[in-house]
Amino acid sequence: MDLENQKRVKEFAEKYGPENVVVLLGASEGEASGLAAETVTNGDPTYAGPLTGVQLGLKVYHVCEPEIKKEFDPEVYDKNVGMMEMVLDVDDISNEMKPIRDQYCKF
Amino acid sequence: MKYRENSARRKDDNTVKSVIKGTGYILVHTPDMVLHNGTTQTTERIVNPDGEYLKELPKHIRTYEEALSYWPNQVYIGNKTPQELAAVEQPWYDKTCDMNDRFGRFGQIMPQEEFILLMQACDVFELIYLDKDFVAAHKGELAANPLIDETIMARINEGVDKAEVERLVKEEHSEGLYNKGVLVGAVNRAHDIDTNLSAHVMLENIVSKASSVLSLLAAVHNAGIAKSEVEYVVDCCEEACGDMNQRGGGNFAKAAAEIAGLTGATGSDCRGFCAGPSHAIVEAAALVAAGAYKTVVVTAGGCTAKLGMNGKDHVKKGMPILEDCLGGFAVVITQNDGVNPEINLDILGRHTVGTGSAPQAVISSLVTDPLDRAGLKVTDVDKFSPEMQNPDITKPAGAGDVPLANYKMIAALSVKRGDIQRADMMKFIAEHGMTGWAPTQGHIPSGVPCLGFVRDNMLKGNIHRVMVIGKGSLFLGRMTNLFDGVSFMVEANDGKKEEAGVSEDAVKSLIAKAMKDFANTLLAQEEKK
Repeated sequence: MDLENQKRVKEFAEKYGPENVVVLLGASEGEASGLAAETVTNGDPTYAGPLTGVQLGLKVYHVCEPEIKKEFDPEVYDKNVGMMEMVLDVDDISNEMKPIRDQYCKF
Repeated sequence: MKYRENSARRKDDNTVKSVIKGTGYILVHTPDMVLHNGTTQTTERIVNPDGEYLKELPKHIRTYEEALSYWPNQVYIGNKTPQELAAVEQPWYDKTCDMNDRFGRFGQIMPQEEFILLMQACDVFELIYLDKDFVAAHKGELAANPLIDETIMARINEGVDKAEVERLVKEEHSEGLYNKGVLVGAVNRAHDIDTNLSAHVMLENIVSKASSVLSLLAAVHNAGIAKSEVEYVVDCCEEACGDMNQRGGGNFAKAAAEIAGLTGATGSDCRGFCAGPSHAIVEAAALVAAGAYKTVVVTAGGCTAKLGMNGKDHVKKGMPILEDCLGGFAVVITQNDGVNPEINLDILGRHTVGTGSAPQAVISSLVTDPLDRAGLKVTDVDKFSPEMQNPDITKPAGAGDVPLANYKMIAALSVKRGDIQRADMMKFIAEHGMTGWAPTQGHIPSGVPCLGFVRDNMLKGNIHRVMVIGKGSLFLGRMTNLFDGVSFMVEANDGKKEEAGVSEDAVKSLIAKAMKDFANTLLAQEEKK
């Protein structure tokens, strides 16, 4: 996850309390999603950014995951995400995201 | 594939069309610039100078011969086609192409030694000082380059002692120019205080200028026109040149035109991040179609900052550094000659302020909206050319296959609209898409790398309609969070040349004929009575 975004996530967690923050990802494939998810839960695995060694344990989802999809108004979801849902490998992304949540989420 | 008649979709048949008369595509192999000027490397030298990456990196640098034998590079300069590349199993970096000529149909792959000399030829402010032994050793090579004439060679001076080069780098804040690990030159700052004229900026800008010059020379040569015919040049790279009082004043276009010997041209710069080339081509086509200028060349040089950008992932995966080349391109656009492919200004896509950032809205605005306006279906377009980055570079870096992702989005939107069946998505992509081949040099892969092949195939009658799509990430400049893009359509020429309008003589003769026919009718009626 790029350094600027890591900084922002860290600041939001500090400002609003980590239990009140949910991170929503739109990455194009599994590996990138997993990296971002790990960064906001267990710390930056590349040791490059402000979240290095910082374990925020935040709730994190990819916007294509079923748990999140059901939270949306179906029309709004279809208009904004519907096309990408057909393009992305949603299973691959879910398979990356779920174990990271199970292992590192604190909330 | 049904080809719509011109008259069915033209709003105004008297519009002067513009055509693509020729293209130039060049690469410059700059292995030392990867290490010294690529921002991934320069950043690493600051934040982690003793880390593994910088130690490993030099072992992953390719030789010039290896860069020549790399399939995507041969496609870029036109010795192999995208279709031939698609038949080669990925990855490509571990394969040797059976074609390794430095010269191609559309341009060439220049070695670093010649380029450093070309940079010095492009320096008109005495900022570049080269080791005189280096100059002596390689001057003949640049002189032998078929695109480089005596006026350019006359700009190269003999150079200075190596000790002076070393002194400039050590004591005068100059940027070093290296070849095979050896310091061979220095780029001085152009001002003692102004950071906009620092040695770093001057190096980046002169590199952009020099690679643009080479692109211009290639395109003008390939178009078969005289240099003096060029009236206007539009530069569309992503660099800025200026000083502290006018930081982006610009005109890379005029600067490159001067060195390229385009004595009849002025020009200006068009900026739009990666969408720059598409914006510039629409602008150039409009200038020609409006009759403002007869011959306009769009050009862009390459970017040192992006060299080795994804190097960390490549090194980690035991791959060579694939981002070891600067890219450049140029397109000559002239008035309709009844032969060359036309740029159809009636079918333009625009991502507007109001479009929004949802991928669906973006693709609609760039692809399906202009087709709807023209009464065309997605399947009426033979090929789409969005961002054509080489997947060999992007996949190991976690960025996926960018052209394929674009084609999937176009296909997905087509399914949602009912233009194609969901089951036919992959078939659509195979028929209307292309495998990526262009270097990750920002604006360089964005839409335009295909134009040389498009022109060839349209002249042969193989294809009739190609949509070129440029997209830009404007947020990088921190001026807007809006996305951006434009698209344009290239179509095979229908063979009709414009008439300026019907001539007065023609009108007189039409009236005379009409009156004669009328008189004959009257006479016939008289005789009947």
